[in-house]
Amino acid sequence: MLKIGDKTFQSRLMLGTGKYPSFEIQKEAVEASGAEILTFAVRRMNIYEPSQPNFLEMLDLSKYTLLPNTAGAKTAEEAVRIAKLAKASGLCDMIKVEVIGDDKTLLPDPIETLKASEMLLEEGFIVLPYTSDDVVLAKKLEELGVHAIMPGASPIGSGQGIVNPLNLSFIIEQANIPVIVDAGIGSPADCALAMEMGADGILLNTAVSGAKDPVKMAKAMKLAIEAGRLGYEAGRIPKKRYAQASSPTEGMLTT
Amino acid sequence: MKLRINGQQMEVENSVRNIEDLLNFFQLQERIVVVERNGEIVSKEQYSIQTLNDGDQIEIVHFVGGG
Repeated sequence: MLKIGDKTFQSRLMLGTGKYPSFEIQKEAVEASGAEILTFAVRRMNIYEPSQPNFLEMLDLSKYTLLPNTAGAKTAEEAVRIAKLAKASGLCDMIKVEVIGDDKTLLPDPIETLKASEMLLEEGFIVLPYTSDDVVLAKKLEELGVHAIMPGASPIGSGQGIVNPLNLSFIIEQANIPVIVDAGIGSPADCALAMEMGADGILLNTAVSGAKDPVKMAKAMKLAIEAGRLGYEAGRIPKKRYAQASSPTEGMLTT
Repeated sequence: MKLRINGQQMEVENSVRNIEDLLNFFQLQERIVVVERNGEIVSKEQYSIQTLNDGDQIEIVHFVGGG
């Protein structure tokens, strides 16, 4: 069970809602993923198209916890403004703090992320900052009182998987709050690895929405996260340099 | 009345007096939206109370797909 702030979840997968081929496929993918937390972005409404379909309005909102992000923000103040708009919907009090510091890599701005997190905690939000895989920053965010830490595995939408498992393991080892690996996940194997390392959950979007079959991939991610978590709890064997026979070495017919 | 809505200058009918009227004008009354007026969020309870003024800057936002 995953606990973030005062909320508990059975699923350890948080699913993004961007870039699906259609709302129908997206709806099926969400169901196949088993995700209870869905992320959204806040944007200006096209006021000239009042009847444009909206995915959030198609959902049974009693079944999902919304995790809006502050994507588009480049400063702490912009992130706080977006977060407040999201909360004013009355639909959510969780916020994914996302303050981008570099347009090419979409890597987060650590200083603005820290500032925004502090301001949003003061406003009473449940704060989940998307951060780089820096253990010092993770510690400082935890000291502020954030409710989970969300280090990126690799750049957003890159599908490169966990490019620095060592850094990620430092964060997981020292954290006393949930660690959600966010961004850069490409395949079920990436999810399983993160979970085996002891991550508490995964946030992904493109790996599912951009897959050839998003519905099937959503299910694959769900299973990989469950498998990885079980493997972590079960405790893997240490790696050895040489072979160790699985069959008894006594009573062999050839001796 | 001249308003700046979502970054665009526009003229709305004089019958549009408050946020509720404005959302009705754009047929958005049933949609999940949040409204900001001159940088301040307008709560739903205020939609029919706060009177719009010429030159007001209005943002009408909603949730879209994102990661």
